[in-house]
Formats: sequence, C-alpha cells, structure tokens
Amino acid sequence: MWSFSQLTDWIDRSLHSVMGDGWALTVEFILIGVAILVAYAVLALFLIYAERKICAFFQCRIGPNRVGKWGIFQSVADMIKILLKELIRIDNSDKFLFRAAAFFVIIGSICTFGAIPFAKGLHAIDFNVGVFYLTAVSSLGVVGILLAGWSSNSKYTMIGAMRSGAQLISYEISAGLSLMTIVILSGTMQLSEIVEQQGQAWFIFKGGLPAVIAFITYLIAGHAETNRGPFDQPEAESELTAGYHTEYSGIQFGFFYLAEYLNAFIIAAIATTMFLGGWQPLHIPGWEGFNRIMDYIPSVIWFFGKTCFCIFLAFWVRWSFPRLRIDQLLSFEWKILMPICLINLILMSVYVIL
Amino acid sequence: MNAGKYIKNIFVGIYRLCQGMYITMLNFCRPKITEQYPENRGKKIYGERFRGLLTMPHDSENHHKCIACGICMNNCPNGTIKVITRMEKDETTGRDRKVLDRYIYNLGSCIFCGLCTRSCPQQAIEWSNNFEHSVFDPGKLIKQLNREGSSLAPKKTE
Ligand code: SF4
Ligand code: SF4
Repeated sequence: MWSFSQLTDWIDRSLHSVMGDGWALTVEFILIGVAILVAYAVLALFLIYAERKICAFFQCRIGPNRVGKWGIFQSVADMIKILLKELIRIDNSDKFLFRAAAFFVIIGSICTFGAIPFAKGLHAIDFNVGVFYLTAVSSLGVVGILLAGWSSNSKYTMIGAMRSGAQLISYEISAGLSLMTIVILSGTMQLSEIVEQQGQAWFIFKGGLPAVIAFITYLIAGHAETNRGPFDQPEAESELTAGYHTEYSGIQFGFFYLAEYLNAFIIAAIATTMFLGGWQPLHIPGWEGFNRIMDYIPSVIWFFGKTCFCIFLAFWVRWSFPRLRIDQLLSFEWKILMPICLINLILMSVYVIL
Repeated sequence: MNAGKYIKNIFVGIYRLCQGMYITMLNFCRPKITEQYPENRGKKIYGERFRGLLTMPHDSENHHKCIACGICMNNCPNGTIKVITRMEKDETTGRDRKVLDRYIYNLGSCIFCGLCTRSCPQQAIEWSNNFEHSVFDPGKLIKQLNREGSSLAPKKTE
C-alpha cells in the first residue's frame, strides 16, 4: 500500500539539502501548520454543504441548489458572506474574554485535528499518550464556550454556557471510558500503534461485544460533546436564540460554526481510528485474494470513507430525534450511559484476560 | 426502580430509537417533492381545483356561456365582479333581451373563495392555473373577462 511517508521524506530531504537543520525544521512546521489549516477549512466547507444536503433529504427537500450545480458552491458563498460581515461590539461585555473565547474553541479543535492519522504516513502529531492527548485537547473547547457565555453579558448566552458546561463535562466521562476500553484491548495509547494493530482485523470485530458497545457509547457521548441535536441544549435555538454564541457576529461567529462542524468530524475520525481501523483496509483473515484487492484502495479513501459513514450516522441521529430536556440529558448520562460504560470496561478486561 | 425494569427500559428505549431512525431513513430515500419554480415554468404541476385566475372560456366562434344573470356578482363577498349588461333585440323572438356587455373582474380584491364559479348556473366562468399575477400598476388588476365582440352561445338544438 502506498505510504505518504515517501512524500514527506522527500520534502524533508530536499529541505535539508538546501538549508540548515534548524531552518528546515521551521519550514516544515510552517508547512504542516498551513496544510492542517487548509484541510480544516476545506473540510468545514464540505461538511457544511453535506449537512445541509443530508438534512434536506431527511426532510424531503432538495436543499441548496442555486449556487453552482446542485449548490456545491453554497458554502463557499456563505464563507465569503461571513467574512464580509461586520463585527458588532457588545456594550458592557468583557472585551478581552469575548474575543479570546472564539479562539479557545477553534484552537482546541485544530489541536485535536492535527493528531488524527489521516492516512498511511500522514500523521502530524504522534505522542505515546495519543488518546490521552485527544481527550485532553478536545475538552479545551468547553473553556471557550464558558468564556463566550460569560463575557457576552447576556442571559441567553449565560444559560447556554452553563448548560454546555454541565453537558460537556458529563459526557466527557463516557467518551473517555469508551476510549479506555479500546486502550485495554490494544495495550497502547499511541494512535499510530493502535491503527497498526488493526491491520488484521478492526477492533470492532476483534473486540467482540464489548467493542461494539464501546463504539455505540462513544458515538453517543461524542455526539453530545459536539453540541448537536438531540443534545443541543447549549444552543437550543427555540429557547435561547442561539445559546452561547448569540452575541457573536461575523467571523467570530464563523469560528464557533467551523468548530462545531469540525468537532463532528473529529469525533467521527476518532471513532474511525479507534474502532474501525483508521486507514487500514478491510481485511478478513483467510481471504487472501479479497485482502489483496482491498489493499489497492488508497488509505486516504479508507479513512475518509469510514469517517463519512460515522458522520452520516451523526447527521441521521441529529435529524431524527427531538431535543432532550437538560435534566433528561444529565440523567441519561449519569444513570444510563456511564454505568453501561463502566460495566463494559469490566467486560472488556475479562475479554482480554480470557 | 428495580434492576429488571431498568434494563428493560434501556432495551425498549433502543428499540424505539431504531424505529424512529427507520422512519427518517424511509423519508431520506423517498423521492423529493420540491418544485423548482422558475425552471419548471409552464409544466402543469397543480391540482385539478387549483384557483389561479378567473377566466371566461370562449369557443372558436367567440361565444361565451354567460347569460348575464348576475348571480356571481351577488354572491361575491368582496364586490369583485361587475356584470354590466345591455339590452339587445333577440333575432328569433323579436323581443328585447338582457345580454352581457362587459364582465369586469377586479383581481386585486378577489379572495379566491370560488363562490362565483360554484354558483354560476351556466358554468360560464372557471379557474385557470395561471398564478403569476404581479403587475406594477394596480389598474392592470382590473380585467375584462369577456372578449371584444363576443356573444352568448346559441342554445344547442338537440
Ligand atoms: S372567488 Fe370569491 S371573491 Fe373572487 S370573484 Fe369569485 S366570489 Fe368574488
Ligand atoms: S358568469 Fe354565470 S353567474 Fe355570472 S352572470 Fe354569467 S351566467 Fe350568471
């Protein structure tokens, strides 16, 4: 299978041949940063378009269809519009925190984005505590949300932020516990190692029932972490106008919007990496010919295909169910989801020992 | 809450959620009914009873069926219709007879209730599908439905 490390090695070697080690490293850092930012923006545009189309199809509509064929340039037009909009100054708001909040949210999500193994050899940050890093950095967003709610000096944003704080911190536990079940199975926290181990069979097949349960609980908890329906109390548009980002306008609002969509992508990507084998092709032990054919499909396509599948599941859920009440939401987490995760953790430990 | 009920609740919940997702998936796969308006202009996409614009059909010899009885005018709740008549000598009987001179319909005040077409004893007026009514000058909303020089269709001899 073709590996992106050939390309990255080539860039590395050619940079080293023309300049010193320090400069080469600096240029590489900048290149990676730019690549991640561009990928982030492009994916966000694609996701916004996909969400609008899929939502429309679930509601028996056609969705955007005016800008370009089938409206494919709709989100580009939206982006231009949002860039041209005025940034409204809010009286009596805490100016510094108000500005900083949007950056907290987006930086948290970009840092997580950088740690995802996109394809064979295409992996920017690979710590030996990768899973730990993912959960830690992705929960940085909640700080931004709380700051946004607090600094806007508005009741709606305040209530939205408080709900969001309660919700995100609760669901983080379930998400972490589900990831832990996979860490037990694989015995490592390094993402590249986890993906490598799934070459023969994806963890969702290898891990038996506990892995399947962990996959589902992770999807639910992750879905709640991204503040999307039916868990969208923080922005509940029918109760709180727009929740924690009510007072934001222009590109600051755009940051929240981008982060929301990219978080959905990140959750799907982590689910893919941990449960569905990351960029590993589908291998069935014993079927040599089948495995060989699967190897011809590039790893990028495997990764994005599986991620899109998870995202589609999320959209499907989002447009199927009504919003929960905040107490229902919390009792669902603490009384149902977390016990299931804990029991599942024990199940997985037993499974691994046996 | 005892343990059995708790576990049963979870499974019933999962079953119900799957039911809901099944329904939305059916909707996802269903053909979409959105009409793309300016592109499909001229295609007939309306129901039989769609009330677009009141018209008075004329046959090839410029005959309409209105006997100028004025029932539609009296039934109209808005005073939208004005049936203006004149007297004319009937050729067969030689007596004076009331015929339609002008049939004035004010689109601006019509509420499309359909009482006029329902109450007409002759089915002389009916609805067309044309719904693109906007004009820049309110005077253009007042329309004359009978054509110039039209006359009542002669009674069919059976
Ligand atoms: S539809 Fe109603 S309002 Fe319009 S002309 Fe007929 S009777 Fe009058
Ligand atoms: S349109 Fe019908 S109801 Fe109206 S005056 Fe003519 S015949 Fe009478």
